[in-house]
Amino acid sequence: MPEAALLEVEALDAHYGDFQALFGVSLSVGAGQVAAVIGANGAGKSTLLNSISGLIRSKANAIRFRGEPIGTLSAFRVLARGIAMVPEGRRLFPSLTVEENLIIGGQFKRPGPWTLKRVYEVFPILEERRHQASTSLSGGQQQMVAIGRALMSNPALLLCDEISLGLAPIVVRDIYAHLRGIVAGGTAAVIVEQDIGQALAIANTVTCMQEGRVALQGRAGEVTRADIQAAYFGV
Amino acid sequence: MTASVTRATRTSTIGVVVVAIALVALALGPYWAGRDGMRLLIEAYTYLVLASLWNLLAGYAGLVSVGQQAFVGLGGYVLFALATLAGVPPLLCIPLAGIIAAIVAIPVAAITFRLRGAYFAIGSWVVAEVFRLGFSQVAALGGGSGTSLPAAIVQGMAANRTAREHLVYWVALGLMVAILGLIVALLRSRYGLALTALRDNEVAARSNGVDVERTKLVVFIFAAACTAMAGSLIFLQKLRITPDAGFSVNDWTALVIFITVIGGIGRFEGPFVGVVVFFLLRETLSDLGSIYLMILGAIAILIMLKAPRGLWGFLAERTDAQVLPLQRRVVARGK
Amino acid sequence: MNWVNTILQGVLVGGLYAMFAAGLSLIFGVMKLVNIAHGDLIVLAAYVALIVTDGLGLNPIASLLVVVPVMAVIGYCLQRGLLNRTMGDDILPPLLVTFGLSVILQNGLLELFSADSRRLQAGALETASLQLADGLSLGVLPLIQFGLAVAIIAGLHWMFYHTALGRSFRAVSDDPRVAQLMGLNNRHVFALAMALSLAIVAVAGVFLAVRTNFDPATGPARLIFGFEAVIIGGLSSLWGTLLGGILLGVVQAAGAELDPGWQVLAGHVAFLAVLAFRPQGLLSRASR
Repeated sequence: MPEAALLEVEALDAHYGDFQALFGVSLSVGAGQVAAVIGANGAGKSTLLNSISGLIRSKANAIRFRGEPIGTLSAFRVLARGIAMVPEGRRLFPSLTVEENLIIGGQFKRPGPWTLKRVYEVFPILEERRHQASTSLSGGQQQMVAIGRALMSNPALLLCDEISLGLAPIVVRDIYAHLRGIVAGGTAAVIVEQDIGQALAIANTVTCMQEGRVALQGRAGEVTRADIQAAYFGV
Repeated sequence: MTASVTRATRTSTIGVVVVAIALVALALGPYWAGRDGMRLLIEAYTYLVLASLWNLLAGYAGLVSVGQQAFVGLGGYVLFALATLAGVPPLLCIPLAGIIAAIVAIPVAAITFRLRGAYFAIGSWVVAEVFRLGFSQVAALGGGSGTSLPAAIVQGMAANRTAREHLVYWVALGLMVAILGLIVALLRSRYGLALTALRDNEVAARSNGVDVERTKLVVFIFAAACTAMAGSLIFLQKLRITPDAGFSVNDWTALVIFITVIGGIGRFEGPFVGVVVFFLLRETLSDLGSIYLMILGAIAILIMLKAPRGLWGFLAERTDAQVLPLQRRVVARGK
Repeated sequence: MNWVNTILQGVLVGGLYAMFAAGLSLIFGVMKLVNIAHGDLIVLAAYVALIVTDGLGLNPIASLLVVVPVMAVIGYCLQRGLLNRTMGDDILPPLLVTFGLSVILQNGLLELFSADSRRLQAGALETASLQLADGLSLGVLPLIQFGLAVAIIAGLHWMFYHTALGRSFRAVSDDPRVAQLMGLNNRHVFALAMALSLAIVAVAGVFLAVRTNFDPATGPARLIFGFEAVIIGGLSSLWGTLLGGILLGVVQAAGAELDPGWQVLAGHVAFLAVLAFRPQGLLSRASR
């Protein structure tokens, strides 16, 4: 695994002012692999993603991508290296249309299969609504825009923050079906979820977080539900 | 182990003693300061008052006004109008100016409070300009070229020039102590707690039941009244007022903002430090004219960027000092 | 006929006020920054134009070719070097830093150019006019100025909704954090907005300098006129700033017609009246 790892997080700490949110978190994701990060509210999952994406600065070597330290890079430089994020709560730009939202995701276009055309092929409903305000879409459609927007830069690694939050179960299944297809195309992913079921079904590795620390880590097939529940609830 | 809330710290206890000694020395000012020294001290008192009031507005209530000169000039003009047109004794005009300014502040707040944040700043400036242009149109007060306090009124204040100067000095000192005392009282009242909450986080304060609008209105009216009284005093000492001098954004707002920013915004002690720095700089650099103002502006910018809590905040963070017992803190008492 | 003339002149001056307002409105829209030094930057542009016209012998209109890029570069550097450091949730730092900048600019100009009133000479263009009717004529220069103001507003509007730059501006304005995640360098985008704002300021400064006398202390009034136009027209509405500028120009002209001392005062009173009775401005957000 060492040579093959795409993303390596090693002994990562994170602080908000005086408050320490992460304590020595380590995680590694191989090319084309999916890592699920699960845990209760406030366990530090989002902080982990924000650190990887560059919204929170870290020590240079705490986060390495393709072997290079990226911990101190700004978010827009991290994106240019090939890490894109689907932020929690979708966070589409309300004053941009659906298509403009997608285009803005592709402003740092790395070579790869994802174009506006391809996104519309995968999510045909978005092409129908391309000139509508992004706020006029349903929650599931907005999530499609958010995923499409992240893919437009042709990332090697996709960070997904609670993409099932607030969506009906049937919509969640649909979104995950799409995600499966995207991963099958070679894009690696870190999936942060509170909903364990969906995440486990797609993941190669599982990391359970608790109060800013890794409570349990292992291959998806090797970690049992009982272990996860124990780690999740801290018993 | 029990816990209680207290405001006093050891440094603040020492501070109260030092302040008391300083006040006695200042009260004796006419006997040691000389004529120029007294003039300088009066100026320092008025700037301290203006800066403390601006600090209350901007540093606590989030009302970043660039238009407080409206009330300085208003106070000055009320003094001249009442004294020359209605024959009111000048010293009595000072509290009257405060009352009138408080009344005027109500409609001003009603209109300018519709603007948020930075736009409120410019809106308050427009109001001050309306006052300046408005008073320029009043022929009875000299229009654009202003007016002087007639000699008879000036001489009627005291037996001779020395006595009058002593009187103005003591009024200035008294006014400063009274206004600073009121600010302390306000900060220690339930409004003070609301204001501190407001300063630290307006959204949180709002959601915790602080009546933000009412608190802001009270502070705005209070600051207007006190600023106008300071304005009356300033022009009682100058004996002459013009619209440009009374409503000068540079004299009554720019310098006041620089003093507060340099000393420390949102700290009661900030303006004290700021006034000291301001007068030290002025006495050493004033020969440079406009370059002096550029330096002052640059220092203020630098402080805003590098030490946004000002010189006092910078010191206090490192030493946990406070001169007056204003901050509430929870103290654990071991049994 | 006299009143028709007054109103027409007011409309034309309003174009200038709309230029003051457009630059102010642009940076507020993109980064919620209120630039207290805006008026002083207009006056700075006027002095830059003075140097260019004196030094290169260009007429004021041609001097725009130099003044606009110079001011845009100043804007970019100002934002990247200074103002980006003040951006955040707290409104105090940007407000006080631009206020300090205003004082520095005023006194710096005073030091360099003295307090004397200056004016740009536009030669024959200055007196050229179109006779519309007996006793009713419009100056060619004010017409050019008004036309440019309309063109600038229209151009800004087009830029905002039909270009990649405009898309970036809107994205950064909506959600600066997520914009970064999408590969936008906010600091660069902010600096571009300020560069554009000061390019408009440059045009405004040149026309101000041809129209009226200026000196280092005239900046704050320009800031206030621009601000009044923004509020009268309605925050965040570009066409509103044009309407606001025109209304302000007309009210001022009408005030001056009644009594020369009321010109500026009338504008302020109109502004306060709008604030009191229609605080969202005449064209509110909904109609942008």
